[in-house]
Amino acid sequence: MRGEQFDALVRRLDERPIDFDGLCAEWDGDGYAFETPDRTHEGLSQAGLHEAAANAEPYVTNWYFWEADVGHEGRHRRAFLRKLEAADERSVPERYDALETGMETEWGQLRITATLGDAGERRYEVRHEDDAGADVDALEAHEDPLDARDIATYDEKERYRPLKTAPTLVNGWVFPALDGRDLTETVDTFYPATIANWNLEREGELDVSHWEETMERQSGIYSVIQTWNRGEGKEHVEWVAESCCDDSQCLKRREWQYDEETELDAPGGDGAFPCREPCSLVVAAARKWTRLEGEESRTYEFELTPSEKEQVEDIIGAVADGRVDDVREADIYEGANRYRTRFLRAKRFDENGNLSGTPTEPEEETDGAGEGGDN
Amino acid sequence: MQALVIVAHGSHLNPDSSTPTQRHADTIRATGAFDEVKTGFWKEEPSLREVLRTVESEEVYVVPLFISEGYFTEQVIPRELRLDGWDVSQWDSDGLNADTATLVAEDTGQTVHYCGPVGTHESMTDVVVRRAETVTGDPDVGPGFGLAVVGHGTERNENSAKAIEYHAERVRESGRFDEVRALYMDEEPEVDDVTDHFESEDIVVVPLFVADGFHTQEDIPEDMGLTDDYRTGYDVPAEVDGHRIWYAGAVGTEALMADVVLERAADAGADIEDAIASVREETRETPAAGD
Ligand code: SF4
Repeated sequence: MRGEQFDALVRRLDERPIDFDGLCAEWDGDGYAFETPDRTHEGLSQAGLHEAAANAEPYVTNWYFWEADVGHEGRHRRAFLRKLEAADERSVPERYDALETGMETEWGQLRITATLGDAGERRYEVRHEDDAGADVDALEAHEDPLDARDIATYDEKERYRPLKTAPTLVNGWVFPALDGRDLTETVDTFYPATIANWNLEREGELDVSHWEETMERQSGIYSVIQTWNRGEGKEHVEWVAESCCDDSQCLKRREWQYDEETELDAPGGDGAFPCREPCSLVVAAARKWTRLEGEESRTYEFELTPSEKEQVEDIIGAVADGRVDDVREADIYEGANRYRTRFLRAKRFDENGNLSGTPTEPEEETDGAGEGGDN
Repeated sequence: MQALVIVAHGSHLNPDSSTPTQRHADTIRATGAFDEVKTGFWKEEPSLREVLRTVESEEVYVVPLFISEGYFTEQVIPRELRLDGWDVSQWDSDGLNADTATLVAEDTGQTVHYCGPVGTHESMTDVVVRRAETVTGDPDVGPGFGLAVVGHGTERNENSAKAIEYHAERVRESGRFDEVRALYMDEEPEVDDVTDHFESEDIVVVPLFVADGFHTQEDIPEDMGLTDDYRTGYDVPAEVDGHRIWYAGAVGTEALMADVVLERAADAGADIEDAIASVREETRETPAAGD
């Protein structure tokens, strides 16, 4: 216990009593009362208070950490930091024991480890979950929370990641020793607003905007999406949620539904943090789908062998699951293999790129007065 | 506590779109003038809908990194930030002089000073000039040079042309350049014919855009004839019809933009005089005259 920590305790008791995380203390005009779950003291002089505090040091340094270091300004930050050491479930000695070796929390693809520094200070380490067992020296060390911006910009194939919560965060880095404020800043840079939304949900205040109202709100080029909702049930929204919001695509747990009354069947996912409304990527995709889905189905005739039909399904599966790059060069057993696919194209496409030579727009054959050509 | 939130468009496709916004935020953060400095985007995260909840301060200055008043500043941003009772008349603007309106964000209860866009602030003229200094590497550039300020034109937003005209006129009045013109991508006078509009051999071309992207990196260089194919790049300066064209790229990438953001917040009541002075000096990329 540092001198300034004890001084802060005395100053605080001059103003008002303390009742926090198992520590109760007050000044009653004659002496100090000081109580922890193990011991009760009353009528203490300041020297007596010092001795009692020194004997219950974890309670005092813990109080000081949450009072002076964390403070009450950032409600979501405070709640998040308390979650990292299960502060609402575990006693101070239990936490101090566990923090000695480190308490771990998974947050999306992040792995956060809280440990104890000097005199009750907390230190936080953040790394990628895939680097859980890696030697810290083998990882690229960062101090500035904003470095997370660069780490999060591209995936391992150097492709831009417009959706921060896509499960494509690269690994190989570590923020070895952050304080509470920098930790929240780092997490919030990797996964913006997830701490606030998690805490709002925890407190029963998450403001979910469902699909219908979100699309209602759109204007300009996005207002067209409203037309997609007219009398078509919610199946189209199921497809959107299944395509974009599945845990394989996005680590947020989708809490928005079709509307207040109509839940979607698509799984929302198991993420630690909620998604409170369709994001801008989903809105942009929905605009495109609104247009595409305005088309009527037609019947086309294609010639395919049974294996070719299955190959088409394989190719769609590989693209949809992002497996294209995993198909080995010479693995001609895979339908989505490049040689197999090129063979299919060579055999089944005509010179205009039409599958089975079937044009996309059939020639209008209106009583022999057709104009010819594709319309 | 007071916070600054810079809001910008962002992109799903182009990672460079938000880079200038981040850089200006970093510059301002380093001054320590605000307890918090955050960025929010229409197309990136944190979204405009959620940026305010990432801010702990009760008092927030929101500055749109947009060039002109219009759809985004008047409708999208206030709606997405949930500024209670917003009405564009609160800016009392003719399209060029939106300053600030103070409102409460419905979801967070924060007091939001919602500022006009950076593009129409008078100090933006200084950024245009600073951009010309940076691209020519000459802190005294002006005599013997023409300057073109380039914008979209009125097709999508009539205020867009107003902002271009406004800054072109202010540079012209300063008398620093021999000739100053406002040129447009989709209306007369067109940037395609840039050399027809100048007698000066040297012409600095500054597009009034927030970030580099399709228009500033592909369209304008090709339209002006700096290159046949933007992918092969272009020289600075480049020779076109006997003129030397100093193409500056988006004005928004100029470091001094951070100053305009601060000016907006200061006009809205933020107490940040010292930060403004230091940013003006520190963002200079060419040695100051006399150095
Ligand atoms: S809408 Fe879907 S994809 Fe977008 S953030 Fe939410 S869960 Fe993820």
